[in-house]
Amino acid sequence: MERLIEKWQDRISEVVIGTKKPIKIGGETGIYFIDGEDKCPNPPVVAMEVWDMEPEPWPDSLKSRFGKALSDPAEWAKLCVNEFSADIICLRLAATHPDSKNASAGEAGKTLEKVMKAVSVPLIVIGSSAPEKDNEVMAHCANVAKGENCLFGIATQANYKTLAAACLSSGHAIISEAPIDINIAKQLNILICDMQFPADKIVIHHATGALGYGLEYTYSIMERTRLAGLSGDKMLSMPMISFAGQESWRTKEAKTGGADTGVLWETATAAAYLNSGADILVMNHPKAVEEIKKTIKQLA
Amino acid sequence: MFLIGERINGMFKDVAKAIKEKDKAFIQNLALKQVACGSSALDVNVGPSSDNPKDAMEWLVRTIGEVSNIPLAIDTTKQDVMEAGLKACKSKAIINSVNANEEKMKNLFGLAGKYKASVIGLTMDKAGIPKDSEGRMELAMKIVASCMEYGVDTSELYLDAVILPVNVAQPHVKEVLKTIRDSKLLAQPAPKTVVGLSNVSQGSPAQHRNLINRTFLAMAVANGLDAAILDVTDKELMDTLITAELLMEKQLYCDSYLDAYRKK
Repeated sequence: MERLIEKWQDRISEVVIGTKKPIKIGGETGIYFIDGEDKCPNPPVVAMEVWDMEPEPWPDSLKSRFGKALSDPAEWAKLCVNEFSADIICLRLAATHPDSKNASAGEAGKTLEKVMKAVSVPLIVIGSSAPEKDNEVMAHCANVAKGENCLFGIATQANYKTLAAACLSSGHAIISEAPIDINIAKQLNILICDMQFPADKIVIHHATGALGYGLEYTYSIMERTRLAGLSGDKMLSMPMISFAGQESWRTKEAKTGGADTGVLWETATAAAYLNSGADILVMNHPKAVEEIKKTIKQLA
Repeated sequence: MFLIGERINGMFKDVAKAIKEKDKAFIQNLALKQVACGSSALDVNVGPSSDNPKDAMEWLVRTIGEVSNIPLAIDTTKQDVMEAGLKACKSKAIINSVNANEEKMKNLFGLAGKYKASVIGLTMDKAGIPKDSEGRMELAMKIVASCMEYGVDTSELYLDAVILPVNVAQPHVKEVLKTIRDSKLLAQPAPKTVVGLSNVSQGSPAQHRNLINRTFLAMAVANGLDAAILDVTDKELMDTLITAELLMEKQLYCDSYLDAYRKK
């Protein structure tokens, strides 16, 4: 019997991150992992989070896997790449938040430099989610990493201009985020493109909900985004990123459950997003990373 | 929506003059302007006053082909002019048009197969244009049957229910809308539907023509219209079209939906 295979009219754009060991994401011509529909030209990749300070909110079951490296971002990054096979390092500049250590843009820049020297994989650099401070910090960091073709985040509808301008002048890609709202996601991409920002340097983030905490909403929005992109909507045909680790380790189950509960939570959450079309999964626990990498290999 | 730009037509005095004087630059500019405004194809009609319509068609098609590979709708009632246009066309061609006359269908569907062209089929025959939707559907059925008979895929067929000027044939408007809706049931894959938009306002006062055109277009979109021959350079018309398609969920809403459509 003849198999009916959907033929899509468009493809997802390809975004390249990094320079020394560049990674290409996106480029899908169909839905991931459907045999015969998509060739998975660039299988999804796993980024691991590295912070510029010891991550206070993390439970011990997660922290303990990194030991002393947690106090040195460069060592931490090396550990993730060399021991845990991270494809990308996601540097989270949490210490810059005014309510945390209020680290300066200069300090953040130095941390970024150290991490860049320590590893040759591509970098994702994100701020502390304090909009005004982020504008200052990210503009400086984008300049520090000029020409390194990093992925910077996170642009939102209320705050995208400074970051987009900084990425544009320093040659970085950008994460555009809408709060589980496909219409705003599209609008934000238009606004960013209106600044002459190339559409093939945008990665979409729909906010992330962990298993049991709104995963199904994010999942269906990501799926709709991918279908719209494949159907020819140029302002939604970008690769997608999911912060599955961060959200999973915020849940009470991960924080208070048994030693493996957090790992299972993160793995299940990431596996779901893998199927909804995520091209980059930002993860935390080495064991969950290992499991997801196996899953990608099996499915791709 | 598949948009066929209507401006390269010898009925317009400037185009007639350009054809007569073989003014390539004028035609090419007009073609590129329509492409920039979002045309999916361009209609090419030498007009009634040409002394040698065959040569004129060939010249027009080649002239446009030098600057764009956009599909061309070869718009003529004459068989030899049609074949001259199809022969000269390097891009995808659309035969504009066939009607439900047996001989016409035989000749033109034959050409469609030979040149891998799409076909616009008018729901009219020797007796003229039926007054209601039922009559139009009967002719549409004949055209679909003939299309299949000559081995042309029905997805290459655009049925035109022939909109008449509202100032002389007001009751026809809703019959055309009904025909657009019902045409989808005629074959699998469903034939597409098209209208020659400006005809609806032919003869109405100049200050109302654009308003009538865009109102009818929005109504036709709501009834499932797939394509239109229209003035793509009319910005208000295009805005109406994009908005109508948005309301019909043909594109995802966002605040800048007009820009988003044009960025496609």
